[in-house]
Amino acid sequence: MYPSNFDYQRAASVADAIQKGSSDGAKFLAGGHSLLPALKLRLNEPESLVDIARLDALKGISVTGSSVRIGALATHAQIAGSADVKKHAPALASACGQVGDPAVRNRGTLGGNLAHTDPASDPPTVVLALGGKLHLQGSGGNRVVAAEDFFLDLFTTDLHPGELITAVEIPSIGQAKSAYAKMAHPASRYAVVGVCVVLEVSGGKCSKARVAVGGATPKATLSAAAANALVGSSLDTAALDAAAQALSADLSDVMGDVYAPEDYRRAMAGVYLKRAVRAAMG
Amino acid sequence: MKVSIKVNGTLYEREVEPRMLLVHFLREELGLTGTNVGCDTSQCGACNVHLNGQLVKSCTCLAVQADGGEVTTIEGLKSNGHLHPMQEAFWEKHGLQCGFCTPGMIMTSVALLQSNPHPTDEEIRHGLEGNLCRCTGYQNIVAAVKAAAGTK
Repeated sequence: MYPSNFDYQRAASVADAIQKGSSDGAKFLAGGHSLLPALKLRLNEPESLVDIARLDALKGISVTGSSVRIGALATHAQIAGSADVKKHAPALASACGQVGDPAVRNRGTLGGNLAHTDPASDPPTVVLALGGKLHLQGSGGNRVVAAEDFFLDLFTTDLHPGELITAVEIPSIGQAKSAYAKMAHPASRYAVVGVCVVLEVSGGKCSKARVAVGGATPKATLSAAAANALVGSSLDTAALDAAAQALSADLSDVMGDVYAPEDYRRAMAGVYLKRAVRAAMG
Repeated sequence: MKVSIKVNGTLYEREVEPRMLLVHFLREELGLTGTNVGCDTSQCGACNVHLNGQLVKSCTCLAVQADGGEVTTIEGLKSNGHLHPMQEAFWEKHGLQCGFCTPGMIMTSVALLQSNPHPTDEEIRHGLEGNLCRCTGYQNIVAAVKAAAGTK
């Protein structure tokens, strides 16, 4: 399958990318693992692709202060294998290690993944649970957007036309516990349901919790109700059952398909919340 | 657009459309038909090759993205007229039936052993997650990778 014809331009710098990307019908190309399949199916027919994959300024993973900064072009494989990410954002390393398969992880990038924001993808859920911030650059300047304000709907983000994700900043998890638990579709490995939890525990009680769900919902979604059900508890079986029920009841918009209908995904969200908490406390 | 891509040690320069996929560049421009087009949707791994030392799906990479890079295909694995040890192992362990998935399986298996020289059965199965075979049931493929790794 061939994509329809397009002009191909290679960006020489971030500024050059933004200038080239500002023309009508232009799209940025990084690893191409969301974009190229869509182009081949002719779901998208951009007039030009601006290849940003060679921009060193968008690469690399570093720790600054109390957060880890991941360049938009970091691949899933690089993130999964990064000692810094494993230390400061272990749930993200785990989730990126579960994206697709080894060849996909070698090419797909975090920036491209978040810009595409496939509802069944793993990283958006985890970036949301970890309180990540997206650094964006466009012709109007730079801005920083929190993950909860970035994911707007199915395949829809707060990115303005021509705006580029340059990096993702994740606050270090510190002493908190976290885990991502995923029900993978048996053929595609996409998330039917994915749940990420971040838990602070002191004196045997959960003092703070953040719960994000993906796969089941059109966009990665935080559940305050599920988090509230965990806070104050000792994360025992009764508390997990209550949190699972709260999560299933809290999800207002759950998708369904021939493989996993809405009711099933809603129920599995609760099950995978429990698994994520147990894995985090492991 | 003009691209220069080194494939199996030989530098090729060709004028290509930007939309040409790397797999079509290999098959149609260079006549290297060992790399197969299977699902064409980034799932089956039949088109897997190595680009700059990394395993990639050549149906999900434009030739222009590989410009300036080095590609190894199944045709490039043999040396001095001898099959690569992984090819020998697939032959020896009967890790194929129809053979369609085999080039991709072997390219993935070679990359797997480069990063993990002595994988367990489970690591082999996880490593081959992105390669689909409809004949063998995978058992003999896993046996072949183990044999090539020198593990039991």
